[in-house]
Amino acid sequence: MLGLLGPNGAGKTTAVRILTTLLKPDAGSARVAGFDVLREPARVREQIGLAGQYAAVDENLNGAENLEMVGRLYHLGRRASRRRAAELLEDFDLADAGRRLVRTYSGGMRRRLDLAAALVARPPLLFLDEPTTGLDLRSRIALWDSLDALVTGGTTVLLTTQYLDEADRLAHRIAVVDHGVVIAEGSSDELKRRVGGDRLEIRVADRAVTGAAAQALATLGDGAPAVNDGLVSVPVSDGDAIAEAVRVLDRAGIAIGDIATRRPTLDDVFLELTGRAAADAAEEPA
Amino acid sequence: MSAVLRELSDMWVLATRSVKRIARQPDLLVGYTVQPLMFVLLFVYVFGGAISTPVRYVNYLIPGIVVQSITFGGFVTALGLADDLKKGLMDRFRSLPMSRSAVVTGRTFADISTNMIQLVVMLGVGLAVGFRFQTGIPTILGGIALVLLIGYAFSWVFAFVGLAASSPEAANAYGFTILFPLTFVSSAFVPVVSMPSWLQPVARHNPFTTMVNAIRGLFIDTPAGNDVWLAALWSIGIAVVFGALAIWRYRRVVAH
Repeated sequence: MLGLLGPNGAGKTTAVRILTTLLKPDAGSARVAGFDVLREPARVREQIGLAGQYAAVDENLNGAENLEMVGRLYHLGRRASRRRAAELLEDFDLADAGRRLVRTYSGGMRRRLDLAAALVARPPLLFLDEPTTGLDLRSRIALWDSLDALVTGGTTVLLTTQYLDEADRLAHRIAVVDHGVVIAEGSSDELKRRVGGDRLEIRVADRAVTGAAAQALATLGDGAPAVNDGLVSVPVSDGDAIAEAVRVLDRAGIAIGDIATRRPTLDDVFLELTGRAAADAAEEPA
Repeated sequence: MSAVLRELSDMWVLATRSVKRIARQPDLLVGYTVQPLMFVLLFVYVFGGAISTPVRYVNYLIPGIVVQSITFGGFVTALGLADDLKKGLMDRFRSLPMSRSAVVTGRTFADISTNMIQLVVMLGVGLAVGFRFQTGIPTILGGIALVLLIGYAFSWVFAFVGLAASSPEAANAYGFTILFPLTFVSSAFVPVVSMPSWLQPVARHNPFTTMVNAIRGLFIDTPAGNDVWLAALWSIGIAVVFGALAIWRYRRVVAH
């Protein structure tokens, strides 16, 4: 699974729309599953499934009818379409709701049905454009589990998201996009390594001695401690750093308020790469 | 499956979907039969007495109102297409290995069945308020076929409007603003000779007048001259032109 991560307006959806033949690129070319999106769009469409930002399901049909319709449009035949629809409803925990009109479905159910529709023809390649935007936490986690199962089953997935934790949780490789350009690519761990390893963060009980604490910890880590707003931050690689720091500060007679090792998050990666936090970037006008 | 069979199968699947929608949203069907019914009652009982026509007014009116309501039948297509665009369903269709025009041909095809329902209701009410056919059954059936052809042609006008409008609400507004004057400045409700002299040429050359005169000829045996053939030609012409426009619009439409 490749995660395309970036703020709103970064160009993630545009990329997906070009790759799924919905949009013609102004310039350049792209190949999907070995087929050129401009010259062989029909072949591309046979290889892909798409679930977009909006649950693209017909509200006036029931769940089963929606999936059967998609099956028929993939030319699977009436009987095979019906069988596949039943299978998918079962897989996505919608079997009981299969005969209910979609307009009575909750947001999470619609998204699940939408994902099921993208899977009707068992496409080897799946495009998911912000599949969990607007879902509550429980529905997101349920959808993540379904995606895990798919990838385990051999489907290749391209996922776009503006949620760092989602890319971190799901994607094997992540491409960070900003202003239409990939600004970094790698596994979640590789990207995190780019912004440095773990850091030990200490807040002392008495703010007045923050400087002294930093001095005492000067030789502990891999680099010089940084002090920011009463927080001492030391780059470390050693797992025992916490115990060592506690001993050092104890000897120096400095009481500790709070101490923890912190792994960098993709938020840090984004901040490092673009000079601004993902949330700030998202608020920029597109 | 051959390309033609695929095209037909896709069209059929999407037409079925549109027809199901009618059953699921009965209020849509009510809106679309009740309004013409109101018109029938208004014109027969309120305005009718003040309008002088060469034949009994109810006989004059019903063919006109049947043609008028059938041209508006296609608005279901405009609403449906605009709605599909808004909800992102169009993206799904466009990402499937299906015929690209079936989304539109399926809709307009489905309109034929809803137009039939509407026609039955209209003629039923017409008979109830005193309308009587003056021609033989084959001619009447020919008239019904022509009415359905006219309805099909205007479905394509609405398909184009639905794909060109920014929202379902806008599609509705456009459709009515364009077609309403067209249907009123015609021989549908009053004889053209009763209009001011500057308006008469407009009404006389309005294709809608041709269509109404043709149906009147086929239903109540008024002299129709070449209007029957002209009406059929107009319908085919409108279907071809707006069909091309709608499919062109569909191909380049980019939601969001």
